[in-house]
Amino acid sequence: MELILSAGIGALTASGVYLLLRPRTYQVVIGLSLLSYAVNLFIFGMGRLRVNAPPILEPGGVGDLAHHADPIPQALVLTAIVIGFAMTALFLVVLLASRGFTGTDHVDGREQRGD
Amino acid sequence: MTDWLQHLPVLPILVPLAVAAALIPIDERERTLKGSIGFTSTVIVFVVAVILMATAGEETLPGAGVYQLGNWPAPFGIVLVVDRLSALMLCLTSGLALAAQVYSMARWHTAGHHFHSLLQLLVAGVNGAFLTGDLFNLFVFFEVMLAASYGLLLHGSGPLRVKAGLHYIAINLAASSLFLVGVSLIYGATGTLNMADLSTRLAALAPEGRMLVETGAAVLGIAFLVKAGMWPLSFWLPTAYAAATPPVAAIFAVLTKVGIYVIIRLNLLVFGTAAGASAGFGQSWLLAGGMATIAFGAVGVLASQAMGRLAGYSVLVSSGTLLAAIGLGHQEMIAGALFYLVSSTLTIAAFFLLIELVERGRDAAADVLAVTMEAYGDFDENEEEEEVGVAIPGTMAVLGLCFSLCAVLLSGLPPLSGFIAKFTLLHGLFDVPTAGQARTISAADWTYVALVILSGLAAMIAMNRIGIRTFWASIEGTIPRVVVIEITPVVVLLAACVFLSFQAGPAMRYMQATADDLLNPAGYGERVLSAPRAGGQ
Repeated sequence: MELILSAGIGALTASGVYLLLRPRTYQVVIGLSLLSYAVNLFIFGMGRLRVNAPPILEPGGVGDLAHHADPIPQALVLTAIVIGFAMTALFLVVLLASRGFTGTDHVDGREQRGD
Repeated sequence: MTDWLQHLPVLPILVPLAVAAALIPIDERERTLKGSIGFTSTVIVFVVAVILMATAGEETLPGAGVYQLGNWPAPFGIVLVVDRLSALMLCLTSGLALAAQVYSMARWHTAGHHFHSLLQLLVAGVNGAFLTGDLFNLFVFFEVMLAASYGLLLHGSGPLRVKAGLHYIAINLAASSLFLVGVSLIYGATGTLNMADLSTRLAALAPEGRMLVETGAAVLGIAFLVKAGMWPLSFWLPTAYAAATPPVAAIFAVLTKVGIYVIIRLNLLVFGTAAGASAGFGQSWLLAGGMATIAFGAVGVLASQAMGRLAGYSVLVSSGTLLAAIGLGHQEMIAGALFYLVSSTLTIAAFFLLIELVERGRDAAADVLAVTMEAYGDFDENEEEEEVGVAIPGTMAVLGLCFSLCAVLLSGLPPLSGFIAKFTLLHGLFDVPTAGQARTISAADWTYVALVILSGLAAMIAMNRIGIRTFWASIEGTIPRVVVIEITPVVVLLAACVFLSFQAGPAMRYMQATADDLLNPAGYGERVLSAPRAGGQ
């Protein structure tokens, strides 16, 4: 499980960084999204990987780490997902505005010669 | 302490947030009303900040200045912490916001929608970042601040702003990802996000955990250094700041200082003397990066043709001076650095506001855009009567005076606060702590001294050149028409710098007390962690 998760985070980050460095705004948006997925998984992984362990106390249950997963990273991930989602939406609007002004989807607003 | 006063620390966040939301449904044509409500809200925040500043640090009891949200004690619940540093930064932010707000009400708030809401959100985010006591809420408030700043940067629209905004948003989103990686690494290694708790746990950490925390702190640091504009993470900054509308650029002057604030806070609290093997972590990087930033900024200041870019590079010089001062790690320099932070932020904000007024004369389109303009002073009558007598119109005289004050402040010439700030910084550098343990002045110290003085020289040359070209050129173009409420914020900001110069003694005493607080991380940890819950146990 650890191997799959870390490989997944690595692949997402690598693709995200590659796309982030591309000259088209749409690629940048997708790159940022992939990067934020990788980061969210990473935060989740920082609470240690546990199977079949609930992050909340049940009534009458014993509150120890042997039976429960760490709830804090899960709460952090939720916040990060919401913020990341909103930021991607905002970036898309700016992308469209830029495209409307310049007529191109190059990040610098004009085509480079030789591209 | 009465019940009402207990809730003061949360007001600088709640008031602007609530007002920002309340302003959205008001019709966009009621701009003056929106502006007045926003102004009132910022005045409230400013007054609260002044009260907090006056009372901060007076009591050293556990729990003084600690506000427990949801009444949960510190490592488990979320806390807001007011100490001298955060109160000072709150005061600075709300002061700048007031200036930007008044300035914008002359014409700039007509350039787009929801200017006042966005400004309030920005104030809420920045205040939250200064007040929060844990790293994850720092992230949340950072994002609030950044989201508002994206909107503000795009305010006024146009291809130039959209292009600069695109780059600004992309780099800040990438930096936010790094921020989260850093925060979660620190959590994974220490099991806490509360800064006070973190500072007490770090010394007892096993080497493998320490490695993770340091990695996390380094990744986190990159996110803040992007914001603070350290070279080579700063190439976006001059373009974005020059493209922003003047009131927005003025308030953006404090955004770089948010990055600096967090670095000061983490560096002294978490990686202070009590951190064991991690003490002083990353200082050599801050030193090298800070010095490179000063050099890059100084060259940029010299090379700038437009005043907007000059101001942008001045922001970099200011950031670099502060980062390198932190990086040198001399405890005597911290008070001077804080004084420099306040003085340079006020100056740069005033300069950003001034630029547009000065350049308005050259820009024919500016007069078309103007909605309501009345002449400042009475040069209109004079101008009609004669061509010989009055050489300098009243407007140009006031603008020129403000410009020369900015030049003196930016280059750090006596007698104003720019000089006092640099003097106290360098005095701290050469100040040998106590008799007996003579400290040698290292090569890095000398390089820093040279860079600080040379950057002042560069600012002076550049400001002289631009000033001569603008004010001593023949006045045959249009004389800028300036409304009183546009020049007032500039004058007030500069007057604050002049006030700092005359009242440098009390100001430095406050800064010294702040520095002493910062150098005592155990006291901070004690105050936060043993704060009693409200209403007894």
